[in-house]
Amino acid sequence: MQKTVLIIGASHGGVTCAFALRKEGWTGKIVLLDADPELPYHRPPLSKTYLTDPEDADRKLLQTAESYGIADIDLRLGETVASINRRAKDVTLKTGEKITYDKLVLAVGARPLLPPLPGLSAHNNVFPMRSAADASDIRKALKDSENKQVVIIGGGYIGLETAASLHKAGAKVTVLERESRLLARVTTEVMSDFFQKLHSENGVDILTEKNVTAIENGQIKCADGSIYLADLVVVGVGIRVNVELAQAAGLNIENGIKVNAAAQTNDPDIYAVGDCTFHHNVHYDRFLRLESVQNAVDQAKVAAASICEKERVYDAIPWFWSDQYDVKLQIVGLSEGHTEAIVRTEADKVNCFSVWYFSGEKLLAVDAVNNGKAFVLGTKFIKGGQRIDKAKLANADEPFKPANLLKVSDT
Amino acid sequence: MKKITFITTDNETVTLEGSSGSVMELAVANNIKGIEGNCGGVCSCATCHVHVAPEFMKQVGKPGEIENDMLEFDDNVNEYSRLCCQINVADAPDGLVLKVAGEE
Repeated sequence: MQKTVLIIGASHGGVTCAFALRKEGWTGKIVLLDADPELPYHRPPLSKTYLTDPEDADRKLLQTAESYGIADIDLRLGETVASINRRAKDVTLKTGEKITYDKLVLAVGARPLLPPLPGLSAHNNVFPMRSAADASDIRKALKDSENKQVVIIGGGYIGLETAASLHKAGAKVTVLERESRLLARVTTEVMSDFFQKLHSENGVDILTEKNVTAIENGQIKCADGSIYLADLVVVGVGIRVNVELAQAAGLNIENGIKVNAAAQTNDPDIYAVGDCTFHHNVHYDRFLRLESVQNAVDQAKVAAASICEKERVYDAIPWFWSDQYDVKLQIVGLSEGHTEAIVRTEADKVNCFSVWYFSGEKLLAVDAVNNGKAFVLGTKFIKGGQRIDKAKLANADEPFKPANLLKVSDT
Repeated sequence: MKKITFITTDNETVTLEGSSGSVMELAVANNIKGIEGNCGGVCSCATCHVHVAPEFMKQVGKPGEIENDMLEFDDNVNEYSRLCCQINVADAPDGLVLKVAGEE
């Protein structure tokens, strides 16, 4: 009888896994489920170009509608999974239908965290930003609003990208951040300061140490007594991993669904990929959970290979990007635990710099602002483990060439 | 409709037809090995690196500034390198031949 791989979740991880299975030679059935009724799409543009350029929407599909048929992938949208039965090796959908599997892939992602604020759920114009529907709702609410006044709760990447995009779309935007600086959870002060200034210069109000306590009739109230008015509110204060299905099925959960280097859970017939996984990273020698396209795609390929009985391990270096106004931020590596941060400016360019994070001599990560070269070089150096001449790196007059930046003993 | 031919790192030759979107999107829609387009076509990831067949380079044109930055230090870069998310099918010469540069 034909074997079945069942994939729950049809975003970057699930879709990549389905197509990668065919590339790796899987000849059995592939069933791909998602609760989202939309044909699977690229998520990162939702808070970027999608908010300002609706015409672009259908160009951001992960795969064309026909591709699924050609690859013989049974894509079933609008289907919610209710439970997994590991003994029977089947899943039960909300509709009561059962689907049996030989291998199961959990690409279940995460959902936006909505803090338990009075008025938040009742307020009509409060939106998270995760799905295409969220982005469409926000765009429509802005179009219909009288004063185009937007408050964004949360100054992380989602909040800031949404702020830049809605500003471009004609909104008057205020960002309320609880911490003392933007992006506090994910980056360093140099970058926080840069983005604070960037937004201020572009006319977006960024307010820190603003702890929102309630939303009432279009008024956003903060702990310090201040009140902000808004026609619509976007909440970008983080995510919660969708671990419930895996947890109920008795899979190991830590800060996400725990997987090994082959993206396999503690049940050898169940894999997990993407934002929902808690996995080991060999470059940083620790377990971590990542919210990124790169991780979803790379783990999905490893899972597909493993299901096809090919040895492959996940050894990727994490990378991320963010587009705000005319600034492109590219990040490679993880800066957490750094003991030194070196800022490299480029003598002849405005708004073009990079921050290099070290732990002793070891390069951990690079934040590259409008500087693709720094992103590519940083990736190379982290991969290669070469030692960098920090004095030269910090000197804008020193040419930005690999041979010139490495310590002489290593070249 | 434009005809575009991809030569993969396994020396497999695939000819596709398209009329709109980027060359990267055309390649991804047809599962061309080695073209990933992970960033969705915003010149952020360099997972769609191709070498343009020399006779077409003039018509295709040189990479833009951001694109050039992403390519300069790539191990597989040469004078015919482009990121194909930055090439529109509509603007591409008919019969264009692209060699997938492959992963590092």
